[in-house]
Order: sequence, then C-alpha cells, then structure tokens
Amino acid sequence: MSTIESTPLHRSLGLTDAEFERIRELLEREPNDFELAVFSLLWSEHCAYKHSRRLLAAFPTTGERVLQGPGENAGVIDVGDGLAVALKVESHNHPSAVEPFQGAATGVGGILRDIFAMGARPIAILDSLRFGELDAERQRHLFARVVEGVGHYGNCVGVANIGGEVEFEAAYEHNCLVNAMCVGVLPADRLQSAGAAGPGNLLVLYGSKTGRDGIGGASVLASQGFEEGSEAKRPSVQIGDPFTGKKLIECTLELLDQGLIVSLQDLGAAGLASSTSEMAASGGVGLDVDLSAVPVREEGMEPFEIMISESQERMAAIVEPSSWDAVAAVCRRWEVDATVIGEVTETGRLRCFHGGEAVGDIPVETLTEAAPRYEVARERPARLVESAAVAEDPATPPEAALRALLAAPGTASRRWVTRQYDQLVGSGTVVRPGGDAAVVRLTPSDRAIAVSLDGNGRRTWLDPRRGGMSAVCEAARNVACTGARPAAVTNCLNFGNPEHADIGYELAEAIGGMADACRALGLPVVSGNVSLYNEHDGRPIPPTPVVGVVGVLDDAALAVRAGFRDEGDVVLLAGAGASALDGSDYQKVILGETAGRIPEPDLGAERDLHAFLAAAAGRRLLRSAHDVGGGGLAVAVAEAAMAGNIGVRVGKVADLFGEGDGRVVISARRADVAALRKLAGPVPLQRLGAVGGGEIAVGPARIALAAAVDLYEGALPRIMEGGA
Amino acid sequence: MSVAVLAFPGSCDDRDALRAVALMGAEPVRVWHADSDLGGAGAVIVPGGFSYGDYLRPGALAALSPAMAAVRELAAAGGPVLGICNGFQVLTEAGLLPGVLRPNAHLQFRFQDVALRVQRESAWLPGVVAGDTLEIPVKHHDGCYFAAPAQLEELDAAGQVLLRYVHNPNGSVENIACVTNAAGNVAGLMPHPEHAVDPLLGSVDGRILLQGLLDQAVAVEAAI
Repeated sequence: MSTIESTPLHRSLGLTDAEFERIRELLEREPNDFELAVFSLLWSEHCAYKHSRRLLAAFPTTGERVLQGPGENAGVIDVGDGLAVALKVESHNHPSAVEPFQGAATGVGGILRDIFAMGARPIAILDSLRFGELDAERQRHLFARVVEGVGHYGNCVGVANIGGEVEFEAAYEHNCLVNAMCVGVLPADRLQSAGAAGPGNLLVLYGSKTGRDGIGGASVLASQGFEEGSEAKRPSVQIGDPFTGKKLIECTLELLDQGLIVSLQDLGAAGLASSTSEMAASGGVGLDVDLSAVPVREEGMEPFEIMISESQERMAAIVEPSSWDAVAAVCRRWEVDATVIGEVTETGRLRCFHGGEAVGDIPVETLTEAAPRYEVARERPARLVESAAVAEDPATPPEAALRALLAAPGTASRRWVTRQYDQLVGSGTVVRPGGDAAVVRLTPSDRAIAVSLDGNGRRTWLDPRRGGMSAVCEAARNVACTGARPAAVTNCLNFGNPEHADIGYELAEAIGGMADACRALGLPVVSGNVSLYNEHDGRPIPPTPVVGVVGVLDDAALAVRAGFRDEGDVVLLAGAGASALDGSDYQKVILGETAGRIPEPDLGAERDLHAFLAAAAGRRLLRSAHDVGGGGLAVAVAEAAMAGNIGVRVGKVADLFGEGDGRVVISARRADVAALRKLAGPVPLQRLGAVGGGEIAVGPARIALAAAVDLYEGALPRIMEGGA
Repeated sequence: MSVAVLAFPGSCDDRDALRAVALMGAEPVRVWHADSDLGGAGAVIVPGGFSYGDYLRPGALAALSPAMAAVRELAAAGGPVLGICNGFQVLTEAGLLPGVLRPNAHLQFRFQDVALRVQRESAWLPGVVAGDTLEIPVKHHDGCYFAAPAQLEELDAAGQVLLRYVHNPNGSVENIACVTNAAGNVAGLMPHPEHAVDPLLGSVDGRILLQGLLDQAVAVEAAI
C-alpha cells in the first residue's frame, strides 16, 4: 500500500485526523496499514452509518409480527401459517452512475444475498429508480441500461420482479438513484442469524473466487460525492454473475434445509472485512482468518486486497467441524467453491493471517460498536415556505392538462420497464405490477403478501418532514388498496452530504416524519439502508426517502385490483385527505416549476382508511381500489379506467389535479354501496360517478378510452425508442 | 403417470413446472442434470431458465448433459418431450427439434401475455382445433425462431408448426411459436404453459399443452 506523498495514509483512506487518533487510542498502539484499511472501511458512512445512526433511533422497530428488526442482513416478520417474510431495500446509486448495467445488476445481486442470508427463498424484487429528464440522451442511456441490469440479474436467477417506481428530475442528472428491494419467504422457525458462535467452529467462504474487482467499491463510492472525472472510478465497480448468484441461492437453501449452518452472512460492501467483523461482533466472539486460504482470481494479491475485495456472489458461513464434509458435498453438487478460511475463537478479536504470518489483530468491538457516531448539524434551508400557494393555469383547459399528464414521463405507464422483467416465475404473482401494490401468493399457502415501494423527492424537497410522512403513507396506502393489512416497513434514505447543515436538517426532518407516520400506522421499521453524499459538484439530490411496505392478505383470492370492472358499478372517493398542486405532477408538467408546500398528511385518517379498505376487501365489497397519487384525482380515475379497459363518467369534482395523502378511488356494485357506507365508519365516502362507456370523463376533462391508452402506454416507448 | 422435469444449474422455472404437473394430476419427478436416467418417467419437460448461465449460447451446454442423453433415448422410443423457453433452446441445440432461437429482434427481454393461433389439430393440443386462440405468457431474451426457407417449407408441409403468434413479440420467422419434430412426439415453444395453469394468476390455456403431454405418455405406455 503506498502513501501519497505528504498525505498521511489515514487521510487518503478517508479517515479524519480525529478518527485516526481514536483508532490509536482504541488499539493502544499504531495501527499497521492492513488494520488501517480495515478501519477505514468499517468506519465509512456506508458500513458505520456514522451520520445517520443517532437519527435512525427515532424509528419504531418492534411489533407483534417482528421476528428480526434492524441490525441483521434483513428484517423478518411473521405472516402467519408458520411462514415468515424477510424484506430489505438497499441503494446502489454510485456504482450505477459509473456503470449503469453492472451497477444495477450487482445491486439486485446484493439485495438477494441479504435475503437468503436470513434463510429465506427470495420471491420478489422491486426497484425504485431516479434519473434526470429523458430529453437528454445520456439520461435515456442510463435509464435503459439500469433497467436492463435490474432485469438481467433478476430474470437469470428466477426471482419475479413485481414493481417499483421510476421518476425523472433534472436534479438526479449526475447522480441517478438505483434502490432495489427484495422479499423472501421462510419457515418462521428457520430464521438465520449472522452472529458467529461456538469457538472451534469453522468459518467457510463459498461462492465466487476473490479478485481485485470492486476494491473499496460500494463503501468508497457510497461515502463520497461525484466530481468531474468519475470515470476513473470504473475499476471499483463490481461485476455481477447471476449464474453463480443462482447457484449460490439454491446451494444455500439446500445447506439450510439440511441444517448444516450455524450462522450466515453475505459479503457485500467492504467484503471479508465487514462480514467477518459483523459476524464476530453480533456473536460476541472472535474470528481467526487465514487470508492465504481464500481462493483468488489472480496472483499476487496483497492481504488487504483479499480482505476488502468486493467480488460478488460470495457468502460466509459458520459451520460445526463435524458438518464440514456434508457442507462441502452440497457445494460440490451445486458446483460452488467452498473453503475453510478460519475459525471461531473466544478472543473477541479479529485476527488475520497470511502465509502463517499475522497481518492484523483488531478487537472486534472497536470496528463496530466503537465506530464514530456523529450528531449532524441542522439548519432549515431557506427555500422552505410556510404555506401552499399554487393555482391551476387558467390558460390550460383541464382536458389538455389531463392529456399532457397521461403522456408525461413522470405519470405515464411503466410497462416499458416492467415488460423487461419476469413477473411470473415462482407461480405466485396474483396481482402484477402496474396498479398500486403487487400481490404475491406464498405458494403453496393461500396466504399472500402485497408489496409497494414508493418515494417522492420533489414533494420531500418542499417539506422534508411531510415528505417523509407522505412516503410512508403512500406505500402503505398502495398496499391497503389490494385489501392487505400493511405490516412492516423497510426504507432507503437517499440524501446529499450530511456534513452540510441543510442536508442534516432534511435528513433529521424526513426521518422524524417517517417515524411519526410509522408509529401512527402501527408499522415497525425492520430493515433499511442509508445512502448519503448523493451530490455532484456540490449540488445535492432532492431528499429522497424511499419506503417499502409489506402487507398481509389472509387469502390471495381476496386481492383487489386497480382497474374498474363492470358497466354500472358505482365510483366513490374514499377518504378526504387534503390536496394541493404544490409539488404535484400538474405543477411540474403544466406550470413548469416545483414550489410551495405540500399538505400535511392526516395520519389518523390514513390509518382509518387502510383499515376500511382491508375490511371492505375481506367482505368482497370492493370491485376495484386505486390510490390517488401523481396527477391527482383525474389521472387516478383515468388509470382505473385504462386498467379495466372500460370507460367512466365522473361529475364535477373540486380538485382535478391536486395531490396529497389519504384518498383512494374505489368502485362497487350498486347494491353494495349501502353496506360500504355502513362499514366506512369515520372514513368519508363521496360518490363520484359510474363505470361504463368508451370514454373517460372526469368533470370537464374528457378523453376517449383508446386515445388515453395510446398516450399513456405509448409515452415511454416513444421517448425511449421512437415508437410503441 | 410420472413426468420428469429436468433441473440444470441455472434452471428457473423447474419448480413451476413441477407444480404444474402436480396440478394436472400427474406425478412430478425432478431429474438432476447429472443423472443419466429419468427415474422411470414416461414424459419429460425441459423447463425454462438460464441453464449453465446461457454461456456459449442458450441451451448449448445443457444439450450435452447426461440427463439429455436419457431424454434422447425416451424421444427415440416415441415418448413425449416438451421444451419450454430455455427448454426449447436446449432441444434445438440437441438437434431434437428443427431450427434455432436467436436474440429477440428488438434485443430486449420481453415479458407479456401473447395470443397464439392454433395451426392444426394435434395430440399436443387436445380439445382445440385449427384457428382457435390460446393465451399464454412469454418471458425471454432469445426467442426469435429461425429456420432456413427450405426447412420452413418442409415444416409447413409436414404439419410441424403447431402455434403461431397473433402479434409477433420477438421477430420469429413466419410468427412461429411452437414446432414439433418430424415424428411429432417432441415439441418446443417459447411461451410458458406452466405459468398458465392457475385461474388466480391468469389464463389456464397452458393446461392444454400439459394435458397433451400426459395423453401422449399414456398412449405410449399402453402401446408397449
């Protein structure tokens, strides 16, 4: 390892002078270069959450369904019938900005490993994406290649992609966001832990060989912003191999089925350095690691390179010595390399050897618990205003506005994306992506989960606290629209540089808003990820908390879809949440700006609305349910009509295009409306109109169904390929 | 009746195929790629996925596996063999079916429900007649069927084309979606019948092809 002239090694590794001093204190001696490299990664923002950990304590993390909260590879909840579901969302923003295909693909590979490390079979992937505006060729390229990368990995490993979201804003031009969520299912009594246990037990590394690819990749890329010349970071982007990933999934599940594993951990950011220290720390033990035993791809790798390599498709397991022969046999059958590289000790130290020589000896807790935790400075950004202030454009007739919104990249159909993903593998996809939440049956059980992944950077930029609340409400409401009961949250917090006080404010406020909403809706946060330093040349992205919600449906056959069904069904608006044009798609598309303040979600009303939807679905009173989201009521009604391929007539409504929480467009048989009203209790139900005909008519905005479908479905294909 | 479903490293839809076979009332048997017998099964499904990571060409390495040698034997004895998606690619690479599958003309992976026009009555399609339409999903990157013009004439003349796409999703020549070998007992298609068996998930038209597979296996067994 070379020291850049006149720059001390610790600084070129990204450690501050104070952090370096602290390491000397903790070790009671000078760290050697190997140890310093390990510290620099474990104490990076990506591994240590040093600027966010204190704020994250605001999240509620417990609940009767919670089997595993934050701190493991993924969160796990009990969904009944002896089944549990593991969930987590994670970012791969910076690698994707450097190399969109591999960055996105390895993002999917990484989140899959987090899920099967919990002992779960991955059954669904969702992705949340942000790019700059698509009129730039570079942005179309990034979008196309990221979608291809997400699809490539998920399709090849045979895990259904069931949705997500994508938005386009100029502020993401140099810092796209690629967040991937995975959900897996496991027997509730087979929950795995990463905690190493049992001195004398073996540390086994299995999967791909270790190479120089991705040295310091995720942990370095994710802990600093971008400047011009980021091409030079290309060598630190990891390369994915979904074939090996697929073998790793099946091999791991077979090892677990045979009861051969004591504990399990995936190798992600910071490679062996983080996985060994996390396993040792969470088990309260030590580990001796022989780096010369690690199978490598190339000659002459330095011990520190082996230790921090981020080569993909690798897992670490603790196994009892008596199980090793059986473990090796399963791995051989799946043609997966497996090697004993160390053993569990009682020392509480991470000791690394190479060719018989000690290369590093670090007390485990100094790498994990003792990592720095910073209080972020907070200062309210001057752009924030006190009240909503935006009015419709009198020069744009509502009909023209509706047409423009249906064809706008931010509102139009996402089919161009989702048709590149296998949505069906696993034989569980009851409700496919395109509506609110997708519904996946936990085959062979009749039980199902509904899953949604949502966030809105533009609205959060206008009010970080309300934006955080709204992200939770929207994801949960999407799940509730299917008739499922929202059960747990995972989240990915995409923000700028937390060392700047305005970003510190955004982060603290958004987390506070999310925590309030989670508490009010009874939703524990069971896992998550923080992605900071999302900026380019000092300009940060809008604060973009992305929220994944999993809900439970006792019977998959009860799932409600977004589309209207039959002529004569009554259309109603459930809920009366406040709406405004501030931060809306209308404001962006028609008025060409983002300004004002978004309304505050009424969390109590939101909770009542979700409970009403679940109750109504359980009694089979709902023909359809669709969230009022981007584009407001007019677009929501149009989407329900297009999804059902049937027209609709809605009379005069007060607010065609305003956005806010707490509203859902539902339809019901005429004969069921009285029963729905009785069931609604405190939830306002407003009759909007009726299903039928070949036209979408929402107040003064009218458009033929076929014309709407052409605008809505054709928008992204026309932008991306110049044709449908 | 038992039906073998092959499993290669990289197979994805093997579990779906096993489940579909069970739903049809037959006994599914999982056959590992390294096995050299079919566990006594009278019919075979070569399922979808990315066998051996699609290295070299989709299906090329799987075609050389020990399990495929057993499939050849069964096919030669008149037993029914159905290749789905990657399984179709494997069977063409193995020379058990005519033609090849190339990358989709638009070079994108494509998932969608497709309408398929029935070309003729066949043991593979019990209960349907020429002109009927089936709805079954496709999901693939390399599903563009190709055969040389002379070979296409032969296939047409011999009635080896069972299904054509109503709207071509991948650029397949003459909209061909499903072909058989000359003897008629080996069939391959890119659409996924195993994903169209459960009314809760969508169309159940896939049951028709799976029933055809079972019917033929029963007929072969009765003839022995």
